[in-house]
Amino acid sequence: MSIPVSPRPESLLGASAEVEALGLAETPFQQVWRTFRKDRLAMASLFVLAALFAFALVGKLLTEWWVVFDPATVRLPDKLLPPLSAPSSHLSKALLPPFHLYPLGTDELGRNVLARMLQGAFVSLSVGLVAVSISMAIGIFVGGLAGFYGQRRVLFVSIDTWLMRFTDVVLCFPTFFLILTVVALLPPSIYNIMIVIGITSWMGTARFVRAEFLALREQDFVIAAKALGFSESRIIFRHMVPNAMAPVLVSATIDVARAILTESALSFLGFGVRPPFATWGNILADGRTYIFDAPWLFVIPGSAILVVVLAFNLVGEGLRDAMNPKLRKRAS
Amino acid sequence: MWRYLARTIAQRLLLLIVISMVSHAVIHLAPGEPSQVDPMNPMMKAADIARIRQSFHLDDPLYLQYVHWLRDLLTGELKSFRDGSPVVPRIWGRFLNSLPLFLCTTLIVWTASFPTGIQAALRRGSVYDRSTTLIAYTLISIPGFFLAYLLILGVVRIFHLPVIGLHTFGTEHANGLRRAMDRLWHLVIPSVMAALTGIAVLSRYVRSQMLEVLEQDYVRTARAKGLSEERVVYGHALRNALLPFVTLFGFLLPGLISGSVIFEQIFAWPGLGLLGYEAILSRDFPMILTLNFMAAALTLFGILVSDILYALVDPRIRLE
Repeated sequence: MSIPVSPRPESLLGASAEVEALGLAETPFQQVWRTFRKDRLAMASLFVLAALFAFALVGKLLTEWWVVFDPATVRLPDKLLPPLSAPSSHLSKALLPPFHLYPLGTDELGRNVLARMLQGAFVSLSVGLVAVSISMAIGIFVGGLAGFYGQRRVLFVSIDTWLMRFTDVVLCFPTFFLILTVVALLPPSIYNIMIVIGITSWMGTARFVRAEFLALREQDFVIAAKALGFSESRIIFRHMVPNAMAPVLVSATIDVARAILTESALSFLGFGVRPPFATWGNILADGRTYIFDAPWLFVIPGSAILVVVLAFNLVGEGLRDAMNPKLRKRAS
Repeated sequence: MWRYLARTIAQRLLLLIVISMVSHAVIHLAPGEPSQVDPMNPMMKAADIARIRQSFHLDDPLYLQYVHWLRDLLTGELKSFRDGSPVVPRIWGRFLNSLPLFLCTTLIVWTASFPTGIQAALRRGSVYDRSTTLIAYTLISIPGFFLAYLLILGVVRIFHLPVIGLHTFGTEHANGLRRAMDRLWHLVIPSVMAALTGIAVLSRYVRSQMLEVLEQDYVRTARAKGLSEERVVYGHALRNALLPFVTLFGFLLPGLISGSVIFEQIFAWPGLGLLGYEAILSRDFPMILTLNFMAAALTLFGILVSDILYALVDPRIRLE
């Protein structure tokens, strides 16, 4: 990869004249964006992610709604063709791939790999995003409860202690092993995988949110909101949650990457998403059988996962740097 | 100090029991039972299934099954559902296989990441720093088995390293030295593979710790009083940067069981991870539960060890 690497963003912020000129008129989002934009690696990754979302949407469109690429068409005469090869002359007209070309080759059943990658992009991405949404929802709920109502007591022990000890309990489970156990025992379904990954990865979010809430409780604007007699739900959701989101957003971005990797690891062990759905993970896991005869079946999905996960990780790191007030010079 | 120890150990034991209850409930409440592993087998009659269920206590209420499991575990009579072999000795045997791999991996990770991370921090922004950063992120982002398969292809052709199992077939009767060398030889590739991700993560962490410490006042003071750069970096900065890594030591332990499922599967390494994987496939509840229990116990023990180490290393922290 030849993405240019920028110097760390903080070194670029020495230009204080520019910072001062921008003054107080910036929203926090603009502040973060200004720092983020200067991290060239993170910006390149952001473009990769935008391309990925476009690819996934186009994939959904062209494989399900307006079927140009049918990932399920089996063409046995054309099995294991390398990328950019033309279909053989034995095919009936209805089976011909679009443009009479297999841009990424065919697999062991003669299915068009590009069609499967297009379909898989949407599924892989939704596994990651849904799993992370579940874990964020649980994490914000548990962390917020412990941070806001922590002092109240239930059965002689404070809510904070109950919830945080519970978090410790879940943290003590060997995560991947637990996912494996539950996925193996439950009936195979893509939704179960999303839910299980979500349920086993909320602990970090809960801890971040709790820590942020504990700090925010003492801040003047929260005390002011209380003095104005706002309802608790308004204080929590309008005033505290948005201010606690920075670390959550960073860890969510990195968790999407982790969920995609977990899905491919599950596929490797044979517990992944089942055949009607193609995901990048199970295309890769199936492709390893043909690593000598048809290396593209292994290398293409593997590199695709690598690039996407790398992009999520780098965007996450870029966000972390941009949101870190230590690194970002305050405009005020 | 001793009161603190007694209290935390008591708390941790309680936590361990809660964890074992929860995992017991999760595994037993999830659909799929040992008696249903082979539903298509025509030899399995309803009477057989009933007999199996009865001998495994699967018809008892849940709390009674838990008591049975705990009693059998403590008296050492716990038997595997799959073949009736005692669970604890089998886990011990597999543990002895996993241990060299784990030790070797840990050794590689910790010896390789410190120099890499420290150099990256010292030469911040240089080509070296930027390229190790990118390599580290790539290693973190690559699916482990994808990288392993690609590297196996190259390594087997070029270096003729063995990539399957613990030892070469037919060397059981060779002399001790030869057998030891053979086992070491088999250890090379799996441990290097398993270490790569670890090196990437840890060296990043070393780098950010060092960066933080290098900006401290005492480092500037050390430089100002004219100490050699060597002394400043290794004597003053590194020693302080090391503190948080003591905590990491504790979190290493559970990796012994769960961290290596994928790699043990790839290299057919008969360790604990593979044992767990086989147990899950065959719904071998006692085995799964015991492994889960041991992993949780190791985690809790690891946290305790790191707490104590932290107090020993950092005089500012006192265990109360």
